[in-house]
Amino acid sequence: MLASSPRLRATLLRVAQSIPVVIGVVIISFLLTRALPGDPAVYFAGVAADTASIEQTRVAMGLDKPLVQQFFIYVGNLLQGDLGQSLSSGRSVAADLAKRLPASLELTLSALILAIVIAVPLGVLAATRPGTWVDHLCRVVVTAGVSLPTFFTGILLIYIFYYLLGIAPSPLGRLDFIYLDPDHVTGFYLIDAALMGDWETWRGAAKQLILPATTLALFTLAPIARMTRAAMLTALSSDFIRTARAAGLSNRTILYRYAFRNALLPVVTTLGMVFSFALGANVLVEKVFAWPGIGSYAVEALVVSDYAAVQGFVLAMALLFVALNLVIDLLYTAIDPRIGFSSK
Amino acid sequence: MTDTTSRRNFLKMGAAGASVLPFLRAMPAAAQGSDTLVVVTGATINSLDLHRSGTSRASYQVGINCYDRLLSFGTKQTPDGGFSYDYEVIEPELAESWTESEDGLTLTFKLKSNATFWDGRKVTAQDVKWSFDRAVSVGGFPTVQMKAGGLERPDQFEAVDEETFVIKLDRASKLTIPDLAVPVPYIMNSVEALANATEDDPWATEYLHTTPAGSGAYKVARWTPGEQLVYERNDDWVGGPLPALQRVVIREVPSPATRRALVERGDVQVAFDIPDKDAAELADTLDVFSTPVENCIHCLNPNFAFEPFQDSNVRKAIAYAIPYEDIFQAAAYGRGLPMWGGEEEITDIAWPRKTQYYTDIDKAKELMAASGYADGFDVPLSISLDLASWMEPTALLVQEALGEIGINVTIEKIPGANWRTAVLVEKRLPLHLENFGGWLNTPDYYFFWAYQDGHLFNSSNYRNEEVEELTNATLHMPMDDPEYAPKIMRMFEIVLDELPRIPLYQPALNVAMNGAEGYEFWFHRQLDVRPITRA
Repeated sequence: MLASSPRLRATLLRVAQSIPVVIGVVIISFLLTRALPGDPAVYFAGVAADTASIEQTRVAMGLDKPLVQQFFIYVGNLLQGDLGQSLSSGRSVAADLAKRLPASLELTLSALILAIVIAVPLGVLAATRPGTWVDHLCRVVVTAGVSLPTFFTGILLIYIFYYLLGIAPSPLGRLDFIYLDPDHVTGFYLIDAALMGDWETWRGAAKQLILPATTLALFTLAPIARMTRAAMLTALSSDFIRTARAAGLSNRTILYRYAFRNALLPVVTTLGMVFSFALGANVLVEKVFAWPGIGSYAVEALVVSDYAAVQGFVLAMALLFVALNLVIDLLYTAIDPRIGFSSK
Repeated sequence: MTDTTSRRNFLKMGAAGASVLPFLRAMPAAAQGSDTLVVVTGATINSLDLHRSGTSRASYQVGINCYDRLLSFGTKQTPDGGFSYDYEVIEPELAESWTESEDGLTLTFKLKSNATFWDGRKVTAQDVKWSFDRAVSVGGFPTVQMKAGGLERPDQFEAVDEETFVIKLDRASKLTIPDLAVPVPYIMNSVEALANATEDDPWATEYLHTTPAGSGAYKVARWTPGEQLVYERNDDWVGGPLPALQRVVIREVPSPATRRALVERGDVQVAFDIPDKDAAELADTLDVFSTPVENCIHCLNPNFAFEPFQDSNVRKAIAYAIPYEDIFQAAAYGRGLPMWGGEEEITDIAWPRKTQYYTDIDKAKELMAASGYADGFDVPLSISLDLASWMEPTALLVQEALGEIGINVTIEKIPGANWRTAVLVEKRLPLHLENFGGWLNTPDYYFFWAYQDGHLFNSSNYRNEEVEELTNATLHMPMDDPEYAPKIMRMFEIVLDELPRIPLYQPALNVAMNGAEGYEFWFHRQLDVRPITRA
């Protein structure tokens, strides 16, 4: 079967190639968290702890053991799917990630979709009409999006739409407290609520999503619009478009069938990069909107040297990016059949 | 009980809840029923069990609202019209009455006979014994706090019969009774806990971590760490007057700007522990309570391990150089109490007290000239990034002022995770800011932690034989003992002259309310939701 399907074989090969990366991430994240300043035993022993109770906490946390032994215990647990216990949230890291990763992904993906819907047409229009008002608008939006920090945009949007106008819901996280979380299936509230057929909750979750997603979208649409415009300009000035025009093909066909499809490759690459940094930029948006996502979780864990949580976060991110790169590679071949896996 | 609570369970929680909820769905948050309160706070509740190691400060509120202690403190009115707990008045909570033996070594408590746990079982002296045994055995913070009241070993506690509980003390101490009213010694349902204990976990820390088992005024209806905690009233509570609120939602909102917008709009009724700046600005429009935190002082500490600070003239020069008023305005926005410009002569035992120092650069320069370091010296001033909101402006003002008397200060910012190790455990920071506050409100208790050699909050490595002796003598002495006041005043005199800690100001705990009343300040600096009502 493998021989008959080159794409499947290539996919498996790519997955196999990512194994050393993941092993490297496990080792590096372990060592880096240990290299962090601070002593978690002191922190978690509490406000009025004396030397004896700090030592008790250290033993209870297993931090009195040599580093190598701690590492093997960690890897052993990891192989059994146990990411350890987060000290700051008091729950298992796996449970925390299962709860918080979908929250961040839901926010980031919504923002990204919003950004694509706005930025790609904007980029295409700007490229086909360079120097007109559309092009200038594109430039203004791009500059504004890049230069406004997300926490500032977030607070500004809250101030205008919640505080002054009162049309946005309270910025209280994923759902106002009068709603109940939908049953956990995917962790994406919009999907879970839809699966339950609970449209009341769906609307509640969607309303909560609008402001933070807009904040993040403003930030992410800049590179996408920029890249679309540049790629379209390159494509439109290339030989095959001139040939197509000479052959008398309609403008529409030229634009969408030939130019846009060729311009898509760099745009998809940019999307992958934007997605990764948007997950990182999430932290500030999450803080402002009380969004219980993975970014604020990681930052808080880092501040208190919560080793298990930080390692779990880094590992989850590494796996996510391995998967993301794979998806993007597969997208390449779908967009442009000339790119084969065999060539890589 | 926690995030596994299904929607069905939640709806079943009470007939009132079930009937009100679907109705609420269509209504804006501000229009919820008058028996629901929404509180926003920036801190995370990471455990429902205070005794567990790693439990955050914010989690102490579960110990307060969901569990009962034998005793509690009374309530008094504060000068600004708010309420505060009253350290002088002890009231019963689970105990109906108590007696003290002649020698003060045996305390006998009679439990309320109608007190029941949430599962309907009667609260017995055996539960009290198990809970106290747990607090002194699990180690870490609860054990340290119990020790402060002379409660150290399980063999000190005895369940005589179902309703009689006896504590035997090694020595009589005025701190024992108040220590029974702090959040730590709360009473758990020992039968329920033991049913869920394992060999590795004899105190059921894993079970109680997510599932409280108490007799208190509120039960935890749901808890999602990092998001929210929902309290539901226990209608059978006998520990005090039944709270007015049926349900209290504690919602975690990390951004202070968002918390402020929420309370200003009135979508939430209480914003707990807001920054001084917001408190100062909201004071005109909302009910803002800024209660000076009892027995807590923000200090600048010169470390005796750093040679120039062994010179008394240098320490005094610093105390006269500090721009107190500017710091109080820039770091605390005037919330709290000044700690400078008082009388030198000590006539009372009120603590914190104003020092005899005030800003006088000329005097500071004279003292520097008279010291062994007339040419000045270089020193790093360390602050914690976690506490940057007050430490950073303070440090900048101190840096500028000390520059004028020849002390060249560089500011060193230390990450939060590293701060406690550096300042309190290793005690290695030459000059730093510190903010110890004692739960038990007596000066000797403050001295025990902050001025005795080797103790945690004595980050200046200070040692004075007379202070050691006086603190030991006064720590357990009744406050009405004729020897007490003179000894305490002598202690004040010594440390304010030797200045191992230079008091700057007494900080305040700020709470903004919009549509609720009855807030009461507690030394533990957490929200006691029991007395709160909707306005």
